[in-house]
Amino acid sequence: MVSLQLVDLGASYGKKLTVSGVSTPVLKAGEMVAVIGPNAAGKSTLFKRIAGLLKGPGEVRLAETTKGKSAISYMPQDTSANAVLTVYESILLARKQGSAWAVQDSDLRFIDHIMDALNITAIAFRDLAALSGGQRQLVSVAQTLVREPDIMLMDEPTSALDLHRQVEVLSFMQAQARQKGMIVLIALHDLNQALRFADQVLLIEDGKMRACGEPLEVINSTMLRQVYGIDARIEKCSRQFDHVIVDGVAA
Amino acid sequence: MAAADVTMLRETAVEGRGEYRARTRRKIMILIGLSIALCLSFAVDLAWGPARYGLDQVILALFDPSAVSAQVRTVVWDIRMPVAVMAIVVGAALSVAGAQMQTILANPLASPFTLGISAAASFGAALGIVTTVPLIPVAAGLIVPVNAFIMALAATLFIHFVSQARGVTVQTVVLLGIALVFTFNALLAFVQYLASEQALSQVVFWTMGSLTKATWPKIWITLAVLLIALPLFARNAWALTAIRLGEDKAASFGVNVRYIRLETMLIVSLLASVPVSFVGTIGFVGLVGPHIARMILGEDQRFFLPGSVLSGALLLSVTSIVSKSIIPGVVFPIGIITALVGVPFFVSLILSNVRRSW
Repeated sequence: MVSLQLVDLGASYGKKLTVSGVSTPVLKAGEMVAVIGPNAAGKSTLFKRIAGLLKGPGEVRLAETTKGKSAISYMPQDTSANAVLTVYESILLARKQGSAWAVQDSDLRFIDHIMDALNITAIAFRDLAALSGGQRQLVSVAQTLVREPDIMLMDEPTSALDLHRQVEVLSFMQAQARQKGMIVLIALHDLNQALRFADQVLLIEDGKMRACGEPLEVINSTMLRQVYGIDARIEKCSRQFDHVIVDGVAA
Repeated sequence: MAAADVTMLRETAVEGRGEYRARTRRKIMILIGLSIALCLSFAVDLAWGPARYGLDQVILALFDPSAVSAQVRTVVWDIRMPVAVMAIVVGAALSVAGAQMQTILANPLASPFTLGISAAASFGAALGIVTTVPLIPVAAGLIVPVNAFIMALAATLFIHFVSQARGVTVQTVVLLGIALVFTFNALLAFVQYLASEQALSQVVFWTMGSLTKATWPKIWITLAVLLIALPLFARNAWALTAIRLGEDKAASFGVNVRYIRLETMLIVSLLASVPVSFVGTIGFVGLVGPHIARMILGEDQRFFLPGSVLSGALLLSVTSIVSKSIIPGVVFPIGIITALVGVPFFVSLILSNVRRSW
């Protein structure tokens, strides 16, 4: 089973080091890791570094994968596209990269399955340019999933989704991680979703790692006051999930 | 999940791949249709001129030359054939060059004509005609096309490297192209002002773009460039399509965006500059050809690439027919006609199908 560990990882744009000192314990197959932090903390930069799109110090230790370069699949935050392609074509495109022109039935079957699961079959043959922000995000999730990676890096995949779709997509991702033995790193602003779905939480602030551990170890009143500048407490909802109750902006 | 729901899911799933296969078949039919239209246009191009022949005579002349008179044979094979073939080859090359420029620069206005590459070639050619000074040492007969080629290549590479600089937006690249057009037009005017009357008329004729300059060696060279370029683009079909989803997205699919861009632009610089250096400025084919292909086939390069080849070839072949049909006995320089035919055609296509135009 695949495992991932970040060791003193940093990322730089040009000569400027914008993220540094990110280390995690060994992340195991089936785990979902929420990467949280205020705006511009360095979450996207960290993802790009893990995906190999940016250079920097430190090490991404990937073990027990047979997929080589395609082991990691990264879903960028910006999902806008004006290409004259249908949703179906754009998902096929993600799956067929680096392979021959011919499209096998097995490819199409897998795409159908993923689109079904994400409930986007109705827009399969709509042009990309005609999609809403939320639909674009769902298509982007599908593009990432059809590559069948071992590690998924998802940069705010639910930011444009309604509440129902957020829960639906995150539950699906959690189930996929468990079933297929993937490790899913997911950047989230909604701390309640992080508390509900994540096995580990990685907190970044100003390009530095502040904490990494179990959700309740990281997300607590002290952290919320220091990092987010709010007074808040953690309480359980009727279904026993932990929730952040925000009392107000910290004095 | 209830049994009925499961059945429904399965049916929806089948619908997706069934529909995809149906759409693929439709695209292949469109490509076949374009090929047939191109063959027809090619035959008409051979048949029309000061002396008009029937299509039956042209077909006979092509497949059984001994069955037609020596006059028909000479007109079809020696006079009209190079022009008709050059129209197809140049149309295809310029259209593919425009298509890939639009793809990698993410810009619907990119084409050899709009980015100043044709203007650069015109300046290079004028410099050759007026001063007879070659930019690199070549035989006297090749000074004009080689000068045109070098200037066009320089302009293309300039556009490419500037577009790679940090912070350069898509709009900047187009504005830069417009600046290049103005610059080279000004330089051209400067050279024209200094030119003798005889050289001036040659420069003016060259800049109008004309297929009558076609010769078999020029055709073979242009065709060779096209035949080298197409398999290289075809090999990168999935990657080039992915680049249209944005740099980050393409990179996330494992595409080496920088490498593909550089390789594509180098090939495009050859594709754009070789035909221009042989036949002069032929505008709008490189802009309109790919847009037609995009509107009817979408941007999956597996269809968009052959579609651009065929639409560009067809466009210039039809224009070649038009150029000799306006006033009987007169063949207009094709560059004038591509602008006259291309622009309204382009506008009508945009207005009739705005959503799929870009």
